[in-house]
Amino acid sequence: MECREALELLPAHADRELGGREAIEIVRHLEGCAGCRAQHEVYAALRLAVREHATYFRASDRLANRIGAVLPSPRDVRVPRTRRGWNWLSVGGTLASVVAVAWSVALILALPSAEDRVADEVVSGHIRSLLPNHTVDVASSDQHTVKPWFNGKVDFSPPVVDLTMEGFPLLGGRLDYLDHRPVAALVYRHRQHMINLFVSPTAGSAQDAPPKSLSRQGYHVLHWARGGMAFWAVSDVDPAELAKLRETLLSKG
Amino acid sequence: MTDPTKSRQFREIALPHLDAAYNLARWLTRNDHDAEDVVQEAFLRAFRSLDGFRGASGRPWLLAIVRNACYDWLRQNRRGELDVAYDDDLHGDVRTGTTTLGAGPIGDPESLLARTDDRRLINEALEKLPVEFREVVVLRDVEDLSYKEIAAVAAIPIGTVMSRLSRGRKMMLTHLARRMPGGPDGM
Repeated sequence: MECREALELLPAHADRELGGREAIEIVRHLEGCAGCRAQHEVYAALRLAVREHATYFRASDRLANRIGAVLPSPRDVRVPRTRRGWNWLSVGGTLASVVAVAWSVALILALPSAEDRVADEVVSGHIRSLLPNHTVDVASSDQHTVKPWFNGKVDFSPPVVDLTMEGFPLLGGRLDYLDHRPVAALVYRHRQHMINLFVSPTAGSAQDAPPKSLSRQGYHVLHWARGGMAFWAVSDVDPAELAKLRETLLSKG
Repeated sequence: MTDPTKSRQFREIALPHLDAAYNLARWLTRNDHDAEDVVQEAFLRAFRSLDGFRGASGRPWLLAIVRNACYDWLRQNRRGELDVAYDDDLHGDVRTGTTTLGAGPIGDPESLLARTDDRRLINEALEKLPVEFREVVVLRDVEDLSYKEIAAVAAIPIGTVMSRLSRGRKMMLTHLARRMPGGPDGM
């Protein structure tokens, strides 16, 4: 490979988007060419700098509310009328829609029963994660490694931030299952304690939810929702520490 | 699909990507207020075209709609920024403003690397890119999309994604080099 071709391909190489022959040839070229290697380092550094330092602009609550207001409300549900008389198929269908509607309304209103059940699942998930080799599927404190790891594993992109400076180093991420759907589990450490943060899109509603604290079997759970994402933090640390984690996450967002 | 079902489905697909939508719109319009208007318009368009959504991930689908809404807005309000749009094949590296960057080595790596941890400079270098380069760099490095997803969002071939990323990054390096101590605009 000539330098000219190598220089053309360097940015894609830095992005790890080259495949097959090109990838092999450029690595071989870089081994023997100090000039291109220096160039590659510059690209890699720039790429890293943009990823770490360019501002990520987040939508304001006001914008989320504006959009929520102009969309038809998902709660405005009318069960379609069927013909009179007992048709068990349609009764079954209607019953199913009523159940579905009740279920989603329950989620939207976060009825205590649904919340309690999810809190139980959150604690079970946390305990399970403490078993050897169950903590993380991707072990990294680099948010740019952990975040893309979830691509294709869940149908949303969880916010991932390393909070080492704030006393909550990121240990990695894991795929978990909560409330009948795959969710992202982010694992943080705080002193000697492990904290699981379960993240999933809020069910059918962009409503932000204020923090709510619960306790189960000696574990503390903190739940909140923001920007279309629902968060469940769980650990055996003091509830005040979970509140601090939440505040730190919000300040980073 | 009934409206409430559609609305619920739409919220599940699109709302998780509200930040990504806003981030892209904010980088393309370079203004908070306009970005919010554009995102709201894009969400309404997306809701209307929900039936056309086929795919595993809502993010590239939604971002493509946001991107188009941004370009419509630019056409109406920032005509000048789009007039510079150019043919990738014809112009080569002329737009980098320097011939040495074409396919040749870039300045002094050491001092450039030392510069790149400056948040303000990085934002400035990215903001100054012409919009068609800014969008690919934002989608790649800020939004973390793959080349394939960027190609889908910006409606360009993958080869063009590569060349625009390459040129966009060269322009950023040129800008950073100019702002270096001792450079023409250095501090």
